[in-house]
Amino acid sequence: MKSGRRRLPLAWIVTVPFFAYAVAFLFLPAGEVLAGAFKGVHGGWTLSNVTGLRHQPYLNAFKTSIEVSLVTALIGGIAGLGLAYAAIREGTPRAIRSALTTFSGVAANFGGIPLAFAFIATLGSIGIATQFMKNQLHIDIYAQNFTLFSKTGVEIVYLYFQIPLMILVIAPAIDGLKREWREAASNLGASAFQFWRHVGIPVLMPSILGAVILLFGNSFAAYATAYGLTSGAVSLVPILIGYYYTGNVLDNPHLAQAMAFGMFVVLALMMIAYIPLQRRAARWAK
Amino acid sequence: MTLSAAVWLFLGIAYFLIPLVATFLFSLRAEPSGKCCHLKSYGFVVHNGDFWHTLRISFMLAIETIVISLAIFVPTVYWVHLKLPRLRPVIAFLALIPFVVPPIVLVIGLLNVYRGTPAWFYAKPWGILAAVYVILAFPYMFFALDAGFRSIDVHTLTEASQSLGASWPTTLFKVILPNIRVAALAGSFLALAIVMGEFTIANLSQFHTFPIFLQYVNETQAYPAAALTLLSFGITWAAMLSLLFVGRGRTSRPTLIAGGR
Repeated sequence: MKSGRRRLPLAWIVTVPFFAYAVAFLFLPAGEVLAGAFKGVHGGWTLSNVTGLRHQPYLNAFKTSIEVSLVTALIGGIAGLGLAYAAIREGTPRAIRSALTTFSGVAANFGGIPLAFAFIATLGSIGIATQFMKNQLHIDIYAQNFTLFSKTGVEIVYLYFQIPLMILVIAPAIDGLKREWREAASNLGASAFQFWRHVGIPVLMPSILGAVILLFGNSFAAYATAYGLTSGAVSLVPILIGYYYTGNVLDNPHLAQAMAFGMFVVLALMMIAYIPLQRRAARWAK
Repeated sequence: MTLSAAVWLFLGIAYFLIPLVATFLFSLRAEPSGKCCHLKSYGFVVHNGDFWHTLRISFMLAIETIVISLAIFVPTVYWVHLKLPRLRPVIAFLALIPFVVPPIVLVIGLLNVYRGTPAWFYAKPWGILAAVYVILAFPYMFFALDAGFRSIDVHTLTEASQSLGASWPTTLFKVILPNIRVAALAGSFLALAIVMGEFTIANLSQFHTFPIFLQYVNETQAYPAAALTLLSFGITWAAMLSLLFVGRGRTSRPTLIAGGR
């Protein structure tokens, strides 16, 4: 055999462990879930698991998950944008900017059980902030129908990692917002609102949309934080999947897989929307 | 600084600091009165056998994850940069996939596929759990090492080493590895932070790691849970700040790890 023909297969051999590993622990499990979503209880293929998602409690779980993800992505997006701009704009000391990005780098990675407990210690029924408001300000938030262990509570807690993620993602785009534009606008008599309405927001829009979609996916896939906060009382899709999988409450184990398939579909739609927006955003980065 | 910028920053600082301060104050309280200030919560943590046991399991898992992912990625990324540059986008794409697969989905598929495998693999954290943590570490390990290899001259180093008579293992361990030390460390700190905080997969596969212990204490003992929460945040802080520290002067952008959610 000619040496030229042997070189390519030999060179490939070194990458075999990586591909084998990805197949064994990533593609096989993911494929099993996707295939399982279309399997019948007694074998054979069926669409009934996936079409069954139209019914309760699955439909509500998807609604709640999408709502929580939308709300935290939008509020997190606006708050993150405001904070990032406040830290980056001229006049703010540079130290604040680097402190904010460093803190965001860490806080975006706070999450799960510890984050849930930090909020229980703050806004739970005997939390420090709850008691402070009750004893010092005479505002009993739990008497006014607020509870941390609800959808609103989950949203408040998710913002703790959503806002820093927005700051991390949007800061480079804000850097691209040229200072001269703002000066030019104010020289022409534009107010701060007019500058944002006609210059700032349109220029940043593709980056903002891309970042908000990222935030949506970040919240949509989250499990541990909601679990630690409510022990499953708020039925988000991941919580329901975990509950069905471990609880053996179902006669059809494929329903958990069908819900997982539904998550893939929602996330895939988000990704498909993300790619063209990212491409448009790149035009302004230069 | 303008007024509106000051208001934004004040509100932001308040939202992000209040839970941390409250958790600290909470940890100083103690049963039965719930009054300040005791160190009982910290005493509970230090004298709790399960705490040390689960912390050790999570730490050993992190080490195992780091070793396996380095063993997979160092040769792969090295080889791709040296001989197969056209393969790089393919591997980069594959390494990104764990980002889009929610952990809850990954774990139910994994448990279904490997149910019935030998107990040393299926019933021990060192088997199936470490195996899937390596997948979670894929994106971080790949992109850290990829940046590392891009910043060195792989071809010259390899040719110099081999023309001096070094074998492939000698080249890899004595020439290449010392040069990508910083990148390997950065990937390792990220993997450490992921494994020390990962809850979803450990919970569904029923292994008693540190985050599982934390959740158990949350449900049973409020005040010690605050002390543990601070400790857990401390681990994340330490890992992420070490990352910024080792990456100084390079492309040390803060990174997102999704393992803990």
